[in-house]
Amino acid sequence: MTTTTESPRPAASSRRLMEGAEAIATAAIAAGCRFFAGYPMTPFTEVLEHFARLLPDAGGVCINAESELEAVGMAWGALATGARAATGSTGQGLSLMQESFAEITLAELPLVVFNMARSQGDYFQATRGGGHGDYRHIVLAPMDIAEAAELTQLAFHLADMWRHPVLVYGDYLTAHMQEAVSVERIEFGEVPAKHWALDGTLGGTGRSGIVSPLGFGKLGQPAPGIERHLRNIVAKQREIERREVRVESGWVDDAETVVVAFGTPAKFVRYVVKRLRAEGEKVGYVRPITLWPFPYDAVAGAAAAARTVATFELCAGQMVDDVRLGVAGRAPVVTIGGISTDGSGFGVGPLLDAEIIRERVLAVHRGGPDADLPPLPLNDRA
Amino acid sequence: MSTHIPVGPVLDTTGPPDGARKVGDLKPDLLLTQEHHMCPGCGEPLTIRVFLEAIQELGVAQKTVAVCGIGCYTSFSGTLDVDLVQALHGRAPSVATGVKRMLPDSVVFTLQGDGDMVNEGLQEVLHTAARGERVTCILLNNGVFGETGGHMTATSVLGQRTKNTLDGRDAQYHGYPILIGDLIAQLQGAVYVARGSVHNAGAIARTKKMFRRAFEAQIRGEGFTFVEVLTMCPTGWFIPTADGPDYMTETLGEVHIMGELKVGGVVRSTEELHTENVRRAEEAAAAKARDLAAKHE
Repeated sequence: MTTTTESPRPAASSRRLMEGAEAIATAAIAAGCRFFAGYPMTPFTEVLEHFARLLPDAGGVCINAESELEAVGMAWGALATGARAATGSTGQGLSLMQESFAEITLAELPLVVFNMARSQGDYFQATRGGGHGDYRHIVLAPMDIAEAAELTQLAFHLADMWRHPVLVYGDYLTAHMQEAVSVERIEFGEVPAKHWALDGTLGGTGRSGIVSPLGFGKLGQPAPGIERHLRNIVAKQREIERREVRVESGWVDDAETVVVAFGTPAKFVRYVVKRLRAEGEKVGYVRPITLWPFPYDAVAGAAAAARTVATFELCAGQMVDDVRLGVAGRAPVVTIGGISTDGSGFGVGPLLDAEIIRERVLAVHRGGPDADLPPLPLNDRA
Repeated sequence: MSTHIPVGPVLDTTGPPDGARKVGDLKPDLLLTQEHHMCPGCGEPLTIRVFLEAIQELGVAQKTVAVCGIGCYTSFSGTLDVDLVQALHGRAPSVATGVKRMLPDSVVFTLQGDGDMVNEGLQEVLHTAARGERVTCILLNNGVFGETGGHMTATSVLGQRTKNTLDGRDAQYHGYPILIGDLIAQLQGAVYVARGSVHNAGAIARTKKMFRRAFEAQIRGEGFTFVEVLTMCPTGWFIPTADGPDYMTETLGEVHIMGELKVGGVVRSTEELHTENVRRAEEAAAAKARDLAAKHE
C-alpha cells in the first residue's frame, strides 16, 4: 500500500471517544477557528451544536444563523477581519450559499466549509464550483473521524496558505459515528501574514483597506481591475492543482481491476480490496483525498495496467467523470455504486455494506466492464 | 435735473472672492476625492458626505468598518477613506455581523440601497435588527433601481412610473410599498430608527443629527440602529435634474415620511409622523390666517 499523504499525526496519548461532529468542531478550534455560523440541517446539525458549545469558551463566537445565506455572510465578515472562520451545512444548504462561495473566492478569503452531505451526489457541487464563474474550491474528503479531525485542521491551513476556500466533504457517518480520536493542534508550518485584513484603524489616513471580490481597490492603491483579477484567481487555482493533490492508493501496480472511491465508502472499498487481495484477486484501489484538485495522475497510473476501472460512489455517478478524464481511454471505466439512502433520505442506505460492495467489485473483476451487476439493494421503508 | 452716480470701490467679479470655495471643494475628510460617478442631481453623494462628517465629528474614523452593498453607491467603496468590506447585493447586514462580532469595539455600518436592502436582502436587515446587532444599517432610499436604469423596487410608491411599471405602480398588480423603518422599529433589538432626507439644507442638517444619534447609540452598545435617507434620483425617475427635490417631497416623501421612528424605546409609526405633519401644517395655516386677519383689523 502506498500513500502520498504527508501530514503529521498527533501523538495518540490523548485519544478520546467522540462523535465526528465533535471531533470536527474540536479540531477547528484547535486550528484557531474563532467564528462559526450555521443553520441546523441533518446530518450537519451536530457540527453546529458542538461549535455553539465549544467556541465561547475558546474566546470565539458561534451564531445560529437565520438561514444559510446569513451564515455564510457572517463568516465572510469575520474572515475580512483576519479571523479563522467557517460555516457549513448539507449539500442542500450549501446550494443556498453558492453565490457567496463564488464571490468569497474572488475576494480571496480563507473560508472553511463543512459539508455533512446526505449523499455523494454533492460531488459536482463541491468540485465544479457550485456557483457562478471560473472558480474551484479545495475539497478534502476524509474517510473516517480521525482523518476528519486532521483534514479539518489542514483545511484552515490551506485556506490561509492560498487565501482560498476549502471544503471538507463528510457525510452522515462522518458527523454521527463515534471513534477514539486525539485532537491536538497540528503544526503545518507558517502561513502568510494577513496584511489585507481589516481592523478599522486605517480610516482617515488615506491608507484604509478594502476587501472586495471586484478587483478594485481604494483610490491611489494598486488594484488589478476585474479582468486581470479574474485571471489571477485562475492562475492561483492552476498552482493549487499542481501542488495540493492528495491521494491514497493500494495494490494498484498489478491490479487488473482498480476501484476508485472517496470519503466513508472508500474505507469500505479499501477493506473489501484488502480482503480480495488476501484471496489472491488482483484488485487495487485509489482514494482521492483531495477531490479538487483531483488526483488525475494517480488514477492514470493505476489504470495503466488495469482491465477495468470502477468507481464506487453513493450516488448515480459523478466522480466517474473525473476518473474518465484521468484514465483517458487507457481502460474502460464503469460505476458500480448507486443511489442508496435510508428512509429519511438523510443517511446511509443498504448499499454501504462490505459484502454487497464485494459482490459488485467481483462482478466487474470477473466479468469486465460489461458485467451485469447484482441489483441495487433497495431500502423499502417508505 | 441730473443724476449723480456715486463712485465707490468696484468689486472684482472676474474671479471668486478671497476665501470663497466652490461647493465641490467642501469635501469631507473621509472621502479620498470629490469626484464621483453619480448622475447630476443624485442624493447619494450628499448622504455619504453627511454620514462621513458624522463619523469624523464623533472621532471614530480609526475604528470604523463599512460594509457596502451593490448599487450606484458601490463606486464609493474605492473612495471612502474607511476600511470597507464589499458584500453581495442584499447581504451586507450579515457581513457586518461577522465583522462586529470579531471587532466588538469598532463602529460598523452598512451602506445599502432600497433594491439591495428592502428587495434582495429584506430578511437580512430584519434579522440583524432583531438580533440587536450593534451595527448601523444605512438605507439610501430613492424608490427605484438606479443602477439598472429605473425599475420598481419594494419601496416604489403607488403611481410611480418605472421601466417595469410603465403606467405607474398599481397596488392590485404590483403590490404596496414597504415602509421598512416601521418594520424595523417594531423589533426589540432596534434602539434607534430614523428616516431622513437630503432634499434641502434643513433636511440635510436633520439627517446628520440622525446619523450622529445612531452612531452614538451603537458606540454605547445599545443595540441595532437604522437610518434611512430619501435620496433624489432624477435619472431613475425620468424627470429634469433640477426637479428632483420637489418631485421627491411630493411623491416618495409623502409616503416615506421623514422623522424619527424609534427613540428611547418609543415607537412612532410613519402614519403618526404623517398625522403630526398634517396637524403642524394646519396649525401653521391657522396661525397665518390669524396674522392676516389681525393686519386687516
